[in-house]
Amino acid sequence: MMKKCEAFIIGGSAGSLDVLLKVLPLISVKIKFPIVIVIHRKHGADSLLPELLSSKTELTVKEVEEKELLVAGTIYIAPSDYHLLIEQDRTFSLDYSEKINYSRPAIDATFQTAAEVYKDKLACLLLSGSNSDGVSGLSSVKLWGGVALIQDPSTAQVAYMPAQAQANVKIDAVLSIEAIAEFINLLP
Amino acid sequence: MELSVINDDHVEILLSDLLEQYGYDFTGYSRASLKRRIIRLYSLDRAVSFAEFRYKINNDNLYFKRFVEQITVNVTEMFRDPGFFKTLRDVVLPKLGTYPFIRIWLAGCSTGEEAYSISIILNELNLLHKSLIYATDLNPIVLEKAAQGMFGMNYMKQYSENYILSGGLKDFSSYYTANYSLAKFNDELKSKIIFSTHNLVSDYSFNEFQLILCRNVLIYFDRELQQKVLNLFDESLEDLGYLALGTKETISFSGISDKYKRLNSEKIWRKIQ
Repeated sequence: MMKKCEAFIIGGSAGSLDVLLKVLPLISVKIKFPIVIVIHRKHGADSLLPELLSSKTELTVKEVEEKELLVAGTIYIAPSDYHLLIEQDRTFSLDYSEKINYSRPAIDATFQTAAEVYKDKLACLLLSGSNSDGVSGLSSVKLWGGVALIQDPSTAQVAYMPAQAQANVKIDAVLSIEAIAEFINLLP
Repeated sequence: MELSVINDDHVEILLSDLLEQYGYDFTGYSRASLKRRIIRLYSLDRAVSFAEFRYKINNDNLYFKRFVEQITVNVTEMFRDPGFFKTLRDVVLPKLGTYPFIRIWLAGCSTGEEAYSISIILNELNLLHKSLIYATDLNPIVLEKAAQGMFGMNYMKQYSENYILSGGLKDFSSYYTANYSLAKFNDELKSKIIFSTHNLVSDYSFNEFQLILCRNVLIYFDRELQQKVLNLFDESLEDLGYLALGTKETISFSGISDKYKRLNSEKIWRKIQ
């Protein structure tokens, strides 16, 4: 369905960490695009999330540094308590403006800015979660020609977020947990 | 669709208008955030068309001020990142306490929450009487709010928790009086704060300081402007002075990094040459 994938972004909230822990070990080290992970987490002392996810894959996993260039084959984690934006020159920038959907980082902000940069070369996946963050971001992804994916709500610990996306956005594929890595590995 | 009402060209047009009409230079700001802020304001104020929106910014001085206030991010907290303020309290300020007089520059102070936080720590260290905090922002509207020293009562629980985590010694509520929905901070705290406009993009150094704080401002600038502003800080900082940035900001890419040594885990650097 895509000619070429240049960025893959995953958004998730409650119940999404378990999915990532299952999916990451299955992702091929040969992927030719960066993966960006935006999940809601509590703002606090140094988070162990990058280390935790890093232990599940051979790919480089790192927390985003501002103005950093997105590089293929790297998995980036959004820092807690900042919105993560993507600039036209394919660098990350951070933003400490108001929470969106009670969330910072807001999945919408990353999906929307990425949509305008990568257009039809972007795929975004929304996982389990209990609010509707990411839904309007997925609409933007579609608007700019990208691919919108959700975790199958029936497999989600908290179905609300992917179900909201399914109800409001024309989703390209609904993926079971097992199918997520396979889908990613097959992207051109 | 919300995202298409203002496109990248529109953003560039507005930025060049601001520069020509008002002398405000936002061209070194990161575009993604700026564009989101502009789109947000455009929908918030129910603008009818880009042409009308642009006309209003260029011809209505009051609206221009609102525009500048709204496209810059003014979200801030008291004692945000308590670990940072604990290092100020335990390491940096006691060191500066050995000086006869302490000059602090808080650049990009927004509505003043950090200025009052620093003032509270200085007060508890018995250093406030010989300190002066220059709290600056490009935006006169937020400075007016800052000078009032009134913050929402609904934030006080969070700020009190931050204060305690940062090593605060007193009952946080002793620093303000509740006035309906607002907490009015004691006037003593602002007696040593000077609120003033200063634009990091276009204004020069105006004094020498022993401590410069600029937290979560550089993230909105591109690398070139970050370098320029770090040079400005370097010119304005005494030898052995301290430079404090936000949690996700750094000087490591810049030309000044050789002259600075970072303190432990916080984003605080000391000028060593």
